[in-house]
Amino acid sequence: MKEDNIEDESKEAGRRNFLKFGALAAGLAVVGGGLQKAFSEEKETGEKVKVLNTSDGKVYEANTTNLRECNGPRISNEEARKGIPNKKFVMVIDEAKCDGCKKCTDACQEAHFIPPEREWIKVFKMKDSETTAPYFMPKPCFHCDSPLCVKVCPVGATFKRQDGIVLIDNERCIGCRSCMAACPYSTRFFNWSAPGPEEVAAVGNMPYSPERGLPRRMGTVEKCDFCPDMIRQGKMPHCVSGCPMDAIYFGDQNEDAVTNASGVTVKLSQLLEDNGGYRFLEELGTEPRVYYLSAKNRKYPIPDMKDINNVRKGTKPKNMDMENM
Amino acid sequence: MSTEKYNIKQEIETLREDCLRPTRTFNRTTQMWVGFLLMVMGWGLYCYIHQLGHGLGVTAMRDYVSWGLYISTFVFFIGISHSGTLVSAILRITKQEWRRPITRSAELLTFVSLLFGGIQPIIDLGHPERIGNLVLFGRVQSPLMWDVISILTYFTGSTVFLFLPMIPDMALCRDRLTVVDTRFKRFKKWLYTKMALGWQGTKSQWHRLEKTMTIMTIVIIPVAVSVHTVVSYIFAMTLRPGWNSTVFGIYFVVGALYSGSAGVILGMAAFRKFYHLEKYLTPRHFDLIGRIVLALTLFYAYLNMNEYWIPAYKMATAEGHLLRDLFYGDYSKVFWTLQFGTVLLPIIVMSFPKGRKITPLVIICIIIVIGAWIKRYLIVVPTMLHPFLPIQDVTTQWSDYFPNYVEFSVEAACVAGIFLVITIFSKLFPMMAVWEVEEGIQINHDNATAIELRKEREAEDAKTIEGLPISGDQSIKQQV
Repeated sequence: MKEDNIEDESKEAGRRNFLKFGALAAGLAVVGGGLQKAFSEEKETGEKVKVLNTSDGKVYEANTTNLRECNGPRISNEEARKGIPNKKFVMVIDEAKCDGCKKCTDACQEAHFIPPEREWIKVFKMKDSETTAPYFMPKPCFHCDSPLCVKVCPVGATFKRQDGIVLIDNERCIGCRSCMAACPYSTRFFNWSAPGPEEVAAVGNMPYSPERGLPRRMGTVEKCDFCPDMIRQGKMPHCVSGCPMDAIYFGDQNEDAVTNASGVTVKLSQLLEDNGGYRFLEELGTEPRVYYLSAKNRKYPIPDMKDINNVRKGTKPKNMDMENM
Repeated sequence: MSTEKYNIKQEIETLREDCLRPTRTFNRTTQMWVGFLLMVMGWGLYCYIHQLGHGLGVTAMRDYVSWGLYISTFVFFIGISHSGTLVSAILRITKQEWRRPITRSAELLTFVSLLFGGIQPIIDLGHPERIGNLVLFGRVQSPLMWDVISILTYFTGSTVFLFLPMIPDMALCRDRLTVVDTRFKRFKKWLYTKMALGWQGTKSQWHRLEKTMTIMTIVIIPVAVSVHTVVSYIFAMTLRPGWNSTVFGIYFVVGALYSGSAGVILGMAAFRKFYHLEKYLTPRHFDLIGRIVLALTLFYAYLNMNEYWIPAYKMATAEGHLLRDLFYGDYSKVFWTLQFGTVLLPIIVMSFPKGRKITPLVIICIIIVIGAWIKRYLIVVPTMLHPFLPIQDVTTQWSDYFPNYVEFSVEAACVAGIFLVITIFSKLFPMMAVWEVEEGIQINHDNATAIELRKEREAEDAKTIEGLPISGDQSIKQQV
């Protein structure tokens, strides 16, 4: 999986070649977003390097000025809709380990240029009832196997892939927000206004792919995407690798293996069996792909429920928060 | 008998003139009214363009309340649009004679509220320019798609349903236009001639019109029911507390009929007053349609009980939060005001014959219509504020909702648009189906004549019978 790719877009040839690029050091990948312009202008000032086209196996010569750093291969829309073959991605969040530090949220926000008022992975302070102990619950998108959001979309802008991931194509989304109404987990967010200048400067010119969700577009819906762009590079989603407590595991259900930030790989079924694995609001029948492990033998002090900023209305002031399951 | 015949001709002539008179004037008041409506619409349009340019962020909607006033208004307008079907189709099919002067305004209200109701979801779209995706990538599994299909069908159907009974009236307008001088004469002549479709009032034309009307009457009723059912399904097909309800389909349909028929009464009262149709829209009409609104309000109250009492008895966790908010939380004042003011109060008032007199009935109907709008808001917004997961660590701007000036301006423009279409329509076309009322007069006349004839005959019979023995009375009568 770990490949460095460049994409060479040649206007004359009128085709896209995915090239394996050996001359540059590992870790540096390049992409030809906006390369057409560079080629047509024929300004070749940089150094020439040899690149291998993986589709026809031939070696080409390309100019470094025409090559740009990228985070992985560019995935066509059809591929992004199909997903990665023979995979079933799954996430396990260990409530016994989560201390509510929100590092997962920070990593995710930064990588996806998300404005602060929406959090793709949000850490809730939960307390199910008066008598039960509170715990932290990081909540990404559950990538349900029976996703209501996908069902209600009138144009198929959000879709379920064969690898289990639910994505959004913001080039097709009409912004009706049916999916937001349908999702029982408040996982989806709407781009109420245009993306901020920082984001535009950083990724504004990037070619769009549903797998990255960037650049975001005003008037479309977005949400946690399980970072398929990272997966394609053989890396972990940002929240998983950003967790200092090793509380988040990510992996493939077909392999029955999940891995955490420290690189410890465990058997998924064993992990769920040993730690009281469950899924949030199982009774809704949405079949989430995110499992939680009960907060047993916790490795952090019990969260203080006093400082919680809960804006729920109509509940009794006493234990106003969490008896909500 | 000869005086009778003379009278009916004169009566029909008066009717025709009464109906056509408003189409010949466009006085200063009307001009100012239209100017005012255009101003409101212009401001609303400016706000909408502002919204298009800067995104839906200019509204008060945010991620928790992602559907707000626009979708509430959508439900409300579509609800009002059920008026035409109810009054026209149902009363037509049950051969209610008193429907005759009401049908046109009811059908017009359907047409125009559907027009402006149908654009609400488009106003609410983040990318209205991508509306073609519904055709390119449309998925029939989506409740929103059902709405699109159903509303388009209903809109087409109700346009035909409005137009069909206008054909003979258009011919009348066309023929009368040459006699009297009016504004925009050439335009009107062209319009009426086109719309009359060469109507000459021949027997075969009448036959065809009646046949088509019968088919349309039968077809439009299930379509109308389907419309509000699938409108409710955009909510009911989710898992959210408050929306996850099996009673939603019929709850919305009955709520629609209840607010729609109240809307018809308001329309009737307005035309009666402004176009001096007191002679045709009598207190009896208001009394009868008042009874219908009463029946619908009772039905609506019953469904309200099902919608709130059943979950309130059980108080399931997530639903319980919502219900507590409605019953004694932030929304309790509005909730109870609506329950008492727009359901209980109308039932009490309209139960008495005095309450179905024109003035109290109009007041009650204004309350019902405005209340219905607020009720739609109360169906949409509080549910969005009670998701399964708690709303934590967000500013109140993101967790609370009250529509802002953009949304109010756009909706004001839509209401102004409804009034504008109705005003322009009433200045071009008669607001009563002239031929239908004529038919009613004719039937009344025939009935009266028949009664007179029978009386005469009975009197003659009596004379003959007088001479006969009493025991033979029965058999002789039977022979006659």
